[in-house]
Amino acid sequence: MGNFGKMKSITIKQPLKLDCGKEISNFPLAYETYGNLNEKKDNAILVFHALTGDQFASGINPVTNKEGWWNYAVGPGKAFDTDKFFVICANVIGGCMGSYGPGTIDPSTNKPIGTNFPVITINDMVNAQYNLLDHFKIEKLFAVAGGSMGGMQVLQFVSNFPNKAKVALPIACTASHSAQNIAFNELGRQAIMSDINWKDGLYDGQTNNPDKGLAVARMAAHITYLSKKGLQEKFGRNLQERSDLKFGFDADFQIESYLRYQGSVFVDRFDANSYLYITRAMDYFDLTKQYGGNLSKAFKESKTKFFIISFTSDWLYPTSENKDIVIALNAIGADVGFVEIKTDKGHDSFLLDVPDFLSTIKNYLNTTYLNINERRI
Amino acid sequence: MKEEFKVISELIDEKSRVLDVGCGDGILMEYLLKNKVVDARGLEISKEKVKKCLSNGLAVVEGNAEHDLKQFPDLSFDYVILSQTLQAFMSPENVIKDLLRVGKKVIVTIPNFGHWKVRLDLLFKGEMPITKNLPYEWYNTPNLHMCTIQDFYNFCHNKGINIFKTISLNGQKTSKITSSNLKFKNLISELGIFLLEK
Repeated sequence: MGNFGKMKSITIKQPLKLDCGKEISNFPLAYETYGNLNEKKDNAILVFHALTGDQFASGINPVTNKEGWWNYAVGPGKAFDTDKFFVICANVIGGCMGSYGPGTIDPSTNKPIGTNFPVITINDMVNAQYNLLDHFKIEKLFAVAGGSMGGMQVLQFVSNFPNKAKVALPIACTASHSAQNIAFNELGRQAIMSDINWKDGLYDGQTNNPDKGLAVARMAAHITYLSKKGLQEKFGRNLQERSDLKFGFDADFQIESYLRYQGSVFVDRFDANSYLYITRAMDYFDLTKQYGGNLSKAFKESKTKFFIISFTSDWLYPTSENKDIVIALNAIGADVGFVEIKTDKGHDSFLLDVPDFLSTIKNYLNTTYLNINERRI
Repeated sequence: MKEEFKVISELIDEKSRVLDVGCGDGILMEYLLKNKVVDARGLEISKEKVKKCLSNGLAVVEGNAEHDLKQFPDLSFDYVILSQTLQAFMSPENVIKDLLRVGKKVIVTIPNFGHWKVRLDLLFKGEMPITKNLPYEWYNTPNLHMCTIQDFYNFCHNKGINIFKTISLNGQKTSKITSSNLKFKNLISELGIFLLEK
């Protein structure tokens, strides 16, 4: 990690009261923007990233030199068309791409804050990002959008700020992290915490990081992002650069090699403590509970148009959980659209080139933007 | 624009809340939004059609009326519309019950199996009728519960459902159906359009 010089950020001066009871102030929030904010300032879309994402949604990420995580969806002529819309994306607090997180250097010790960083929640992330509206002097966003943990932030944003977004697109997410979701996250955290280099989270961030633990966490999580059918079709029992089994524990199978690769590249760009903090925030997410067991109440004050999308092969945030959000919205007569997109690509579908998904979003956003301007709705 | 949709539209008051069950491509919703400035929602079972509706910015939810009407609260819509779909349900009776729970008023249109052409087909050819509104063969039809205008009229009567208005549609021609001309209209109507209340 490093090369944070090319990054834009704001410093949030006023104190932010966190759900854990602690207060933070004077902290950085790194962000990136795509497209131009128009004169009326009515074309802004705030995009929220998922667990391992960052502010670089589109184009080439200047730190990793790889394509942005939502490059299929965000850009000129794409689903979130940056010829028309001004897309803002921030690195969540707790993250490791320039925003205030466990990897931030504590000036008093000159070492990363590590596990002295306070436990944060989805609510805290959203409240921090709300400051971007003031920064850009945007009265009301055209849309908020995101998949997975990004979708959770969309739901939280609309419930916290009911009249600050005209359109909300929560994708492949849930209003309440399930036992299965928590279980997989715990597996990842245990992998990290069992790494001898983790040192109760006080590793120096330079050498001897808990990379092995973080890589295992990533490998396990990666399986949950794909579908059984997708894995079978892509890898089957194919062998990795060998004609026969080697009767050992090297990567005989392509799927093993693939997962090892995914783990090894991940540690180059991600901080293990951030992984702990962000997965914790996801596990604590229970919007239904925040509103006394009635999810509808979370959206009662809002006039936002919702468009919810799930994927047939997503077993991590299945259609049923997305549909619970639809049901809660219909119960209060909210303006809601919902479609389950057919694909074998699993939970990861929202990040991939799934034409049906991308074209429906594109048309929905473009038409809705026109309709709102013509005051038809 | 289908004549049927114009008739439906005329039954609907301005600025009301409408749910179109089985909204298809959303053509009726678009028409109502434009001509009646309604607040419109749709429920549709086909993914392809739902995507088309959403692409046009319509508030349409993918779902099956037999399971998914449950999520709408009692009397949450001024009008609930069911256009030529009733015959495709496993349990039309339960769907009608749910429509009347959700909507203050319900508009149901029925492709009329009592039309004279349908009757002649069966009488002279001895084959299951195939018509403009009922274009399927017996072995691939999605229509499980065909009925006539008379059948639906009787059904409402027996279940204590109030019929406010019944309109006959034959080609482009509309006319009123009353209890006195029911037998005749059941013979000449391609579609029956019913405005109901619990």
